[in-house]
Amino acid sequence: MSSVTAIPEISKDAAHFQVVPGEVPVLNIRNLNVRSKNAQILKNINLVVPKNKITVLLGPSGCGKTTLLKCMNRLTDLYSELKLDGSIEIDGEDILSGKFDITQIRQKMGLVMQRPFPLPMSIYDNIAYGLKIKGIRKKSIISEKVEKHLREVALWDEVKDRLKTSAQRLSIGQQQRLCLARGLAVEPEIILADEPTSALDPISSRVIEEEFLKLKDDYTIILVTHILRQAKRLADFVVFMYYGEIVEYGPASEIFENPKTDILKEYLRVGH
Amino acid sequence: MTLRRKWEEKFFRVLTALVALLVVFVLAHILFTIVSKGASSLSWEILSQEPKGGFYMGGGGGILNAIAGSFYLAIGASILAFVVSLPVALFINIYLIRYHRLLIGVRFFLDVLWGIPSIVYGAFAFTIMIFFGLRNSLGAGIVTVGALIAPIMIRAMDEVLKTIPIGLQEASYSLGSTKTETAYKIFFKQALPGFATAVLLAFGRGIGDAASVLFTAGYTDHVPRNLSDPTATLPLSIFFQLGSPIEEVQNRAYAAAIVLTFIVLCISITARVLYRKK
Repeated sequence: MSSVTAIPEISKDAAHFQVVPGEVPVLNIRNLNVRSKNAQILKNINLVVPKNKITVLLGPSGCGKTTLLKCMNRLTDLYSELKLDGSIEIDGEDILSGKFDITQIRQKMGLVMQRPFPLPMSIYDNIAYGLKIKGIRKKSIISEKVEKHLREVALWDEVKDRLKTSAQRLSIGQQQRLCLARGLAVEPEIILADEPTSALDPISSRVIEEEFLKLKDDYTIILVTHILRQAKRLADFVVFMYYGEIVEYGPASEIFENPKTDILKEYLRVGH
Repeated sequence: MTLRRKWEEKFFRVLTALVALLVVFVLAHILFTIVSKGASSLSWEILSQEPKGGFYMGGGGGILNAIAGSFYLAIGASILAFVVSLPVALFINIYLIRYHRLLIGVRFFLDVLWGIPSIVYGAFAFTIMIFFGLRNSLGAGIVTVGALIAPIMIRAMDEVLKTIPIGLQEASYSLGSTKTETAYKIFFKQALPGFATAVLLAFGRGIGDAASVLFTAGYTDHVPRNLSDPTATLPLSIFFQLGSPIEEVQNRAYAAAIVLTFIVLCISITARVLYRKK
């Protein structure tokens, strides 16, 4: 485990979770275990996430998808009952080692949650906030970026005349896109999305899905979902989880057309 | 429904109505008493002048000393308490939130402080003042009342901060905010209407308290000009005037009570309106 250049030590069960040839790994999770007081939430997770692809974490509710996502930017720190071991490497740095500035690591990842939580400020300031804490002070640069990222999520035309009004007055679909734009403004490498469409109506959901398909040209996207159809529409790679373990991992076509385990076969059958 | 359940239902409905009526009646009776006894004495003179010679024996003048003193004291104490309460309340909800047992302990401790009678605060402050050889003063009163209302303010702020969803906290951290930025830029803004309510609640408690200022702020017929002057307060003004055998002076006490009740009522209503807007 000590050498960074060595081939990742993984259990033999995890052998097929290795990165697919031809893909550039961006996030490397090794032997990750997460325990709470009376349960093991994640068991020996090994996962390599390829760059500029949509990797979908699929599985039934309560299987640990969200916890795995929260480990990736250490939001698990907020929950004292969770104990983590193993390693999660981003750009070769183990973010669990505690050596690194957690705020900078978090800025490498934009988070989109199940429900949007706009910051208690104006639409403009919601985007500007992340820029300001990164140390960008120049107004012209901030304004430029606010426009750029609002356009990126197709929200600009809807809000350009009321940028100074409270973000909490937007519709929930608009809020979700604003939260995506807010995350993009800090220029992350990875977008972590935790069931981002679960609170949205079908049309708003479709807008978000289309955004993700466009964004993967510039970002790596890790998407948690339990909606099979959504996974099929978006996924390049699928991680199927069950009771805290990764059961299958592979390219989407392989997972959906040629499932190996009974539990995944059952999930795919019932999900239709 | 059986007959018994019907009667049970009726009985408790009537009981609820009676209790509610009783509460309203008591409040109305208090207001009626102070207004009927004090209204005749309420005049521009009494609101705008300091007591003149022999005021407590029926002489001329007013209670401006007490009105101004009470405002100075309560505003000063509220500012002082706010300066202490804001960081404490944020600290509890940002840092202590991970330590569940400690969190329960701290909240319990604050609730105990809240429950300590104000005379104990007054007596405690008084012993400290004697130790340092300090006189009664507006400054000492502000510190004492500030200490009295700080636990109230902290817990009121704490209750507001508790309602902030964990999702907002996660959103803030995932943008790369530090804990301090999350506290003062996100939580503070989100909780601002609730904080205004908390400050007003504490202000209302501070302005109406007599026991904590009895030994500490003193009493005087003049509006204080600086922090080391002693100061009059409305509750003590009421107390001293009610103790007079002269009916006219007693009625003035009720006029002072009208003023104090009016102030507290205005503050409570403002606090409620602000809280609803949230």
